[in-house]
Amino acid sequence: MSDPRVDTRLSVFKTYKLYVGGKFPRSESGRVYEVSDAKGNWLANAPLSSRKDARDAVVAARKAFGGWAGATAYNRGQILYRVAEMLEGRREQFVREVADAEGLSKPKATAQVDAAIDRWVWYAGWTDKIAQVVGGGNPVAGPYFNLSSPEPTGVVVVLAPQESSFLGLVSVLAPVIATGNTAIVIASEKSPLPALSLGEVLATSDVPGGVVNILSGRTAEITPSLAAHQDVNAIDLAGADEVLAKELEIAAADNLKRVLRPQTVDNAQWFATPGTERMTAFLETKTVWHPTGSLGASGSSY
Amino acid sequence: MTIEKRSSAFEYAPAPESRAVVDIAPSYGLFIDGEFVDAAEGRVFKTISPSTEEVLSEVAQAGEADVERAVKAARKAFEKWSALPGAERAKYLFRIARIIQERSRELAVLETLDNGKPIKETRDADLPLVAAHFFYYAGWADKLDHAGFGANPRPLGVAGQVIPWNFPLLMLAWKIAPALATGNTVVLKPAETTPLSALFFADICRQAGLPKGVVNILPGYGDTGAALVAHPDVNKVAFTGSTAVGKEIARTVAGTRKKVTLELGGKGANIVFDDAPIDQAVEGIVTGIFFNQGQVCCAGSRLLVQESIQEELLDSLKRRLSTLRLGDPLDKNTDIGAINSAEQLARITSLVEAGEAEGAERWSPACELPSSGYWFAPTLFTNVTQAHTIARDEIFGPVLSVLSFRTPDEAVAKANNTQYGLSAGIWTEKGSRILAVANKLRAGVVWSNTFNKFDPTSPFGGYKESGFGREGGRHGLEAYLDV
Repeated sequence: MSDPRVDTRLSVFKTYKLYVGGKFPRSESGRVYEVSDAKGNWLANAPLSSRKDARDAVVAARKAFGGWAGATAYNRGQILYRVAEMLEGRREQFVREVADAEGLSKPKATAQVDAAIDRWVWYAGWTDKIAQVVGGGNPVAGPYFNLSSPEPTGVVVVLAPQESSFLGLVSVLAPVIATGNTAIVIASEKSPLPALSLGEVLATSDVPGGVVNILSGRTAEITPSLAAHQDVNAIDLAGADEVLAKELEIAAADNLKRVLRPQTVDNAQWFATPGTERMTAFLETKTVWHPTGSLGASGSSY
Repeated sequence: MTIEKRSSAFEYAPAPESRAVVDIAPSYGLFIDGEFVDAAEGRVFKTISPSTEEVLSEVAQAGEADVERAVKAARKAFEKWSALPGAERAKYLFRIARIIQERSRELAVLETLDNGKPIKETRDADLPLVAAHFFYYAGWADKLDHAGFGANPRPLGVAGQVIPWNFPLLMLAWKIAPALATGNTVVLKPAETTPLSALFFADICRQAGLPKGVVNILPGYGDTGAALVAHPDVNKVAFTGSTAVGKEIARTVAGTRKKVTLELGGKGANIVFDDAPIDQAVEGIVTGIFFNQGQVCCAGSRLLVQESIQEELLDSLKRRLSTLRLGDPLDKNTDIGAINSAEQLARITSLVEAGEAEGAERWSPACELPSSGYWFAPTLFTNVTQAHTIARDEIFGPVLSVLSFRTPDEAVAKANNTQYGLSAGIWTEKGSRILAVANKLRAGVVWSNTFNKFDPTSPFGGYKESGFGREGGRHGLEAYLDV
């Protein structure tokens, strides 16, 4: 006789929620939409974010910016590495979610998740090196100390790639926060669940609330107000199609947001080791001058 | 005896620089594919000397057909120019730099005539920097593999460049030197009020033997610039000018593959702490806002003074302003020249009137303005609040707004309270305070215990609505490379 408990146990579904300001709200609109796997089977209901949710995310990201940008690069690196650690522990869950979302076999989904975890580690190592690579002293023709250093641009809206629901997402998010920006991520519209689960990992990885905010819903519905938002400093159009990208770039001109245009990246290319472009796209260069004075022209021989 | 009387007792003898060193032709064409040609539609406009309103020359005005022709010439030239070994491109740029040095007195006088700025500035600031920019970027041409953008970085193609009237030749150098060093060809539109030095530069290209079509110059108005920016065969857009036009350009290039850099407006804060060396700070404030009649995008137009020294500093500043000499820009003793155009003078005047109407207190030293030309006396406003138009809008003239603060945090908050983020100044003897404040300022260039310093090796550019991209230095190469 079989154990009746096995036969009758109903699995516990997960209610997926947004991740805004370190909390997990439902959409302010109270709306959800059906998310299916690659074969069209229902997986879960994801929050259908409203423009109000987007505005709340901007407020949270702005509030978090000073602290995150002001944290030491070493500290940011530690936290990014912590994200990788926490992901490693929930590897199986993400493999399942990515396999479901993208219709991948288990080995293929595993490769995606492993690459995504490794990417966090890669960017964790960049936080305290980027300034040395892209900044430096300038030999001006005069008695001045003159130093250029990179600084984060501010609040960055990231349209996650539509196809690569997790590796693509991590590949565009990690560089933005590695350099001290705060982010509002619009998850892949079709496959938002790995992104929403990532929020749960970030919340337990010492990433301060508001540094990353994750919204799910209709990309074309949420993003125009973010592209036009006066308190957003930059936008990464990775997940926008050509028509939407142009519309958002025009809206972004209103306060001269930094715009990273969509690049043609197929799913295989996300595996390649990135360059620094995704970091430098959201950095400003600050140059500080100071007189050095002169100790006289007598020509000391050291 | 009042200050005014004493200064008249020791009046300077005029020391005018001779105009004879420059030979301005009665008319100029467009410079396309190595030749001076008429505009397709035959339109011309006059360029005048802002200090006398004298017509200097008649200049061809480029239209859409001319933009088409120039871009085509640049595209054709691009093939060979970009294929040239970097070392050879470098030599052309070194030649240009040398010729600029040789002709610098002529160019300084020309620039002063066409722009209205004092000869002291064109001679000692503009021209040396122009030559230095070509020298600096010349050296990069054969070293691009070492610039940190990966091996073998490629040029973008044809660069469409639109420059303003405040530093006509210097802005040309900022744009053309890195473009050519990286293997791009250029079509450049100088401003309608100051086209002459760019046309003289065309002659320098001829003397240097630069291949035809590598540099094309199209004088014209805003519509010429708009046509250039929108041209489908332009790969790179570089613009220096107003924030409003910069936004329009950002919209124009949306959805295209054009790379764009924008150097836009500013409203620089110059912060003076109570331990600052007052005399040096006063000099820095004067340089910050009265250099080039304040027609500088990174001008320190908002003075933030720590409350405890406000009175002392203002007394000192007013005394110093009373010694500034306004008048003939060709006179070597002149500190303040003419405003660039009647239009610009009207803009400054209306903003200053708004400042008075909103209750700020206006002060200028006793100052006689010449009867012809466009002039505005050095002006400072006290009782300014952050809500005032003059504290928020860029005036782009010799007008300083004075605000006060009590704590470093308040200074930073006030300095950052603007949509601009180009420049800022800090005056204090305390090193840690300089570093802490510089760290918190959202501005692309921070001058501490100095102001308005420029150098080709030093990147320049803004945060926020002051635009994006950097010009100058290694960073300036990125704008012209496919990276």
